[in-house]
Amino acid sequence: MFTDFFYILRKRKVPVSITEWMTLMESLAKGYITNLDEFYFLARAILVKSEAYYDHYDVAFQEYFTGIETPAEILEQILEWLKDPLNRMTLTEEELALFDSLDFDELLKELEKRLKEQTEQHDGGGYWIGRGGTSPFGHSGYHPAGIRIGGESRGRHAIQIAGERRFRNYRNDLTLDVRQVKIALKGLRQLSRIGPEDELDLEETIEATAKNAGEIDLIWRRSRKNAVKVLLLMDVGGSMEPFALLCSQLFSAAHSSTHFKDFRYYYFHNCIYDNLYQDIERQEAISIDRLLRTLEPDYKLLLVGDARMGSWELMERYGAINYYERNETPGIVWLKRIAEHFTHCVWLNPDDPRFWIHPTIRVIGKLFPMFPLTLDGLGQAVKRLVVKK
Amino acid sequence: MKSDGFDQFKGSPDYVTSEPLRNAVNVAIALGRPLLIRGEPGTGKTLLAHSIARGLGKKLIVWNIKSTTKAQEGLYVYDTVQRLNDSRFGDRDVSDIKHYIQLGKLGQAFASPEQLVLLIDEIDKADIEFPNDLLNELDEMSFYIPETNETITAVHRPITVITSNAEKELPDAFLRRCIFHYIEFPDPKLMEEIVQVHFPDIKNSLLREVLKTFYSLREIDEFRKKPSTGELIDWIRALIAGGIPHESISKEIPFIGTLLKKETDYDYFVNNYMTRIGNRYVH
Repeated sequence: MFTDFFYILRKRKVPVSITEWMTLMESLAKGYITNLDEFYFLARAILVKSEAYYDHYDVAFQEYFTGIETPAEILEQILEWLKDPLNRMTLTEEELALFDSLDFDELLKELEKRLKEQTEQHDGGGYWIGRGGTSPFGHSGYHPAGIRIGGESRGRHAIQIAGERRFRNYRNDLTLDVRQVKIALKGLRQLSRIGPEDELDLEETIEATAKNAGEIDLIWRRSRKNAVKVLLLMDVGGSMEPFALLCSQLFSAAHSSTHFKDFRYYYFHNCIYDNLYQDIERQEAISIDRLLRTLEPDYKLLLVGDARMGSWELMERYGAINYYERNETPGIVWLKRIAEHFTHCVWLNPDDPRFWIHPTIRVIGKLFPMFPLTLDGLGQAVKRLVVKK
Repeated sequence: MKSDGFDQFKGSPDYVTSEPLRNAVNVAIALGRPLLIRGEPGTGKTLLAHSIARGLGKKLIVWNIKSTTKAQEGLYVYDTVQRLNDSRFGDRDVSDIKHYIQLGKLGQAFASPEQLVLLIDEIDKADIEFPNDLLNELDEMSFYIPETNETITAVHRPITVITSNAEKELPDAFLRRCIFHYIEFPDPKLMEEIVQVHFPDIKNSLLREVLKTFYSLREIDEFRKKPSTGELIDWIRALIAGGIPHESISKEIPFIGTLLKKETDYDYFVNNYMTRIGNRYVH
């Protein structure tokens, strides 16, 4: 039964195993599932083990049970346009009244009708937006998901629920949030025994007690603590603007991770020259010379930047993007010194790896192992940082 | 869902559930599988087990997992130190090991003559291998104590609820044996019910305004920590105590500090939104 569904799920990269499939078959055989709505939720509970795959599941479900391709791109466009929650908060009294005058079910029906039309015509989302004053959605500026959430009744059809694709934001190939970054950073661990002797060493105690002819002799040892020290250098401003949110999430995760022995962070702009800065506005400078003198080489170094610049900015004297910086030493030399000082370094690049063919990215990539600033990339980078050399 | 003679969970008066969650609970009970629950903080993961226990009139055993918890502790603990101590001072009979075997939470749930609800809270706090160490025990619902040559077998499979905060990846082999449910953040309709459980006398006009504003705030992706149910309840309490008229809630958002707990979020909101909606009235 439903065997094709199993293969569609696998095709959609949901990691379903035979064990789970048999569990689903068992509950079907025992009659625990009586209709499609229950099937949707129970099959999901049995087959899918992470909310990160809920969206994949929804897509597969739609494909199997309706046989149509997803109109995802249209939904995407509408959502994009209506994303700003202010649309709703800044409504005038008249608009609010107009919106309230429409019956919720009517609104819902209308939305679905249009969505269908939209699928068939396969034109862009302009239809919705262009409507302006005449469409109940246009002028109210209401998020379609908002309408759905508000108007949802218990008997909704499973395919429609799948069609909403509410879990799109949970896919971990798309988003990276502070918590996920924190989890990834947890891999940065190097346990060593430090602090007071407050842990009972059982093996040693038994040994000592035996030697002592049964008279108990307790042996204590230091407990294991994380000894990892982290240095984070971030490129800010300029071409990094589009990634500001991403970078601030990484920073916030690293900053609030309490398990590091020491955490230092500095900023730079475009490329590293004589100085790093302690603030984003780049007012308080600290010289690299001093930094390399004071920080031991065992700091784990994370560099974040797009590594994209003019080649003169990297290779030449006085190449700094900021004219007044007047660097006597080219950026590449500074980067080399840093790479040689620290034993473990990685470069996290928020830019899409497809664009890493840029000359300066290639040069910098040779100095520092470069990883994309995604959950997977971060995981790999962390692994790279903890290997013994 | 069709009942097959097993106890069916229908929710309890003090805990509001969605139908998919109830069905997941029931199928987990029917199939005798552990139910793994995940969700944002403040969506009531832990309370679910309490609600199941109350709803079905069963006893609840809670096993709180900490970073130092070992799987073995859930089964039984052999108190060797106590035995050694007793043997030195000779004030108890040390020949019978049974006196020094204490069943852990899982062991107690198995040994109980009646069916229980077992909550394994925050399983991902423990070591990464922890869930794997429990695989067999949760599958077979029995374990062996070599010291006394005894096997403890569950008389009735306990209804097992496991919560996780996704701090660590759980092993695949473990996941394959679970029924999984992700508790979504409640939609406004469900949230209305939840608020009414806490404030039975709340005025409808106030409730509507509060929820409208609350859900608009949650749509702002730039927040480090989005306000959740707990914050909403605090906020409503503050609004009621302050006697704020409902008309001014969405316009002025009084007591915003109860909703946004992080300074950066607060600053972000004040700078980007308060000014844009033409309002500088901030508490």
